[in-house]
Amino acid sequence: MTPALDIRGLCKSFDRPAVAGLDLTVRAGEFYSLLGPNGAGKTTTLRMVAGLLPPDSGSIHICGIDALRSPVEAKQIVAWVSDEPMIYDKLTPYEYLEFVAGLWSLDAGEAETRARDLMDWLGLSPHAHERCEGFSKGMRQKVALAGALVHGPRIIILDEPLTGLDAGSARQVKRVLRERVAAGNTVIMTTHILEVAERMADRVGIIAGGRLIAEGTLDELRRQSGKNHTSLEDTFLALVAEQQVAA
Amino acid sequence: MAGSLTWFANHELRLAWRDWLSMMTAGRRGRERVVAIALVVFIVFAHLLAWYFVARYVNVGTEPDKPALVVITGTVLLSWSLLMSQAMESVTRAFYARSDLDLILSSPAAARKIFAVRIGAMALSVILMAALLGAPIINVAIARGGARWLGAYGVVIAMGATAAACSVALTVALFRTIGPKRTRLASQIVAAVIAAVFIIGLQVAAILSHGSLSRMVFLESDTLVALVPEIDSLLWLPARAALGDLSALAIVLGGSLGLLGLAILVFSARFGDHAIAASSVTVTGARQASRSGFRGRSPARVLRQKEWTLLLRDPWLVSQTLMQLLYLLPPALLLWRSYGQGTGALIVLVPVLVMAAGQLAGGLAWLAISGEDAPDLVATAPVLAQHIVRAKVEAVLGGIAIAFAPFIAALAFLSVYHALIAALGILAAAAAATGIQFWFRKQATRRYFRHRQTASRFATFAEAFSSISWAATAALAVGGSWAAFFPAAIGIGILLGARWMSPHKS
Repeated sequence: MTPALDIRGLCKSFDRPAVAGLDLTVRAGEFYSLLGPNGAGKTTTLRMVAGLLPPDSGSIHICGIDALRSPVEAKQIVAWVSDEPMIYDKLTPYEYLEFVAGLWSLDAGEAETRARDLMDWLGLSPHAHERCEGFSKGMRQKVALAGALVHGPRIIILDEPLTGLDAGSARQVKRVLRERVAAGNTVIMTTHILEVAERMADRVGIIAGGRLIAEGTLDELRRQSGKNHTSLEDTFLALVAEQQVAA
Repeated sequence: MAGSLTWFANHELRLAWRDWLSMMTAGRRGRERVVAIALVVFIVFAHLLAWYFVARYVNVGTEPDKPALVVITGTVLLSWSLLMSQAMESVTRAFYARSDLDLILSSPAAARKIFAVRIGAMALSVILMAALLGAPIINVAIARGGARWLGAYGVVIAMGATAAACSVALTVALFRTIGPKRTRLASQIVAAVIAAVFIIGLQVAAILSHGSLSRMVFLESDTLVALVPEIDSLLWLPARAALGDLSALAIVLGGSLGLLGLAILVFSARFGDHAIAASSVTVTGARQASRSGFRGRSPARVLRQKEWTLLLRDPWLVSQTLMQLLYLLPPALLLWRSYGQGTGALIVLVPVLVMAAGQLAGGLAWLAISGEDAPDLVATAPVLAQHIVRAKVEAVLGGIAIAFAPFIAALAFLSVYHALIAALGILAAAAAATGIQFWFRKQATRRYFRHRQTASRFATFAEAFSSISWAATAALAVGGSWAAFFPAAIGIGILLGARWMSPHKS
């Protein structure tokens, strides 16, 4: 089966190497969580996958599409949600979703039905025709998420989507993501909230120094760390510490 | 000593210096030498320009007559209105945009001292800007008219100090009367209006009385000289001070510095409260008319539509953009007066239109390109990058077409040739300004529109000189001169230089 995401030898340097020969495979229909300490290269990796940054070298295949050679085709099936929701203050959620539908050249009727469903699921319907400028961070993040999902992406990439959300909003976002995975889509998410990764992810990848240092289910990671840690937090810290010693 | 006035002053100066350096070099290291050379070229050019224009005004006797006093006072007032506008901007920025207010106000240091230094620093920056812009004129006046013109530097200091004091007082008054929520928009509009009204007012008066766009024609007119107070009036003190009258200089300088001191004394204690009030302002989103049914449109069309919706829904951006169009009022008036009187006045009108188009296009291009609020969304859309840029450029040029089409149509009734030259000039100036904004794009939020120049001084100067070059090209072309090729070549050279200096050329 064609993987949802296949990265080979991916490199990107700024003042120093941020991603150094990364190999990563995410299966179709799984919830994959990418963890790592600050500056590990998680966001840089995902921004390259989303087409926001050109890599120095390496390859990225999204559902079999070469994302570097055919970026428009790849972008058609990918959604990107960053930790800082970037939406238009002077547009309403309804208008924002209509704008996204236009950018993705969607059928207007079908897109509107999807937009209304999403606004219902995310509790945005009562505010559908209010300009976003007065919205809280949580509301803005939900608008951004609705925008990411309205074009029916097969792969949803989220960079710290729960940062700054209150418990209620975080629960709504997690529920929507679970439903997407249940519907056969792939979710790739970075998070610093290890409990979320532990509870939601099918597999977890740990990245440090721009490389993947461990990958697997929680049980597999525990075995890789070589110690009988019970929580993902302990396992994560042990694996990162090992990598730092080795480096 | 930490916490003292001098310690805070040192801190503010260091920040101001680094901001300035970053602005001048567009944040790129190793550009200091290029910036220094560009500054030297600019200073030499400004002095040559001043030599040409100021020469005939500097040979005023020690006992100046009324016309001389009117011209000098008019120039002082014109410059002061620009300084006042700049100072209002600085004060508003200090209230709303400084990220260190929480740190300052939560520290055990005396807030009064910090804000006293901050108001003083604002005054200093206004004075330095005035001195920088006024230096070529004053230096030429000193060289040709004698050392007594040194008094003009004293007047520049007085102008900066009073502008800073008045702007602090006016902004605080706005805070107290209309509240922090409305003050931001109101003070920015006031800042723009102050600068525009005096310049435009003089031009309108010149057109109505003499059929000319030149402010000097009006200032030197017998009508105005007959209307103003007699030669011994206090109104002429700044002009006398500029001419080296030491007692006048002492009064002007002492009075203005006293006013600044008073403003610092009265307002520094409450400055922190107002700054906190400004930072706590919450925005409530307006409700749009609900409608159902998405409209199926192409990516290019939704991008263009989005740019226009965002602009039209932001009263502050609309006011800032309209302010640029306000400068078109005098040429419109001149055009109206020129009907049936031949095409003589059009030689002045066409370059003004071209210049205005360049400036307006620069502003709109910044909003569309650098002021994109959701850059990640647009960049991850399945649309080729060049198609996104093209849609945004179309949105900008569409706006220019809407703004200038009535002028071109009116011109065409007078002279098709002049209309054609104006249309080509407008297109060239707008396209060049858009190109420069694209090459020097730097992600920013739209509320920094007024400070877009700070992202890159080079881009700002390139945009301004490009508009001037195309305006000069149009002026010479409507006069039927082959010399039009020279400023056109300079305009193309500026574009190539901007492309070469662009941080995005790779």
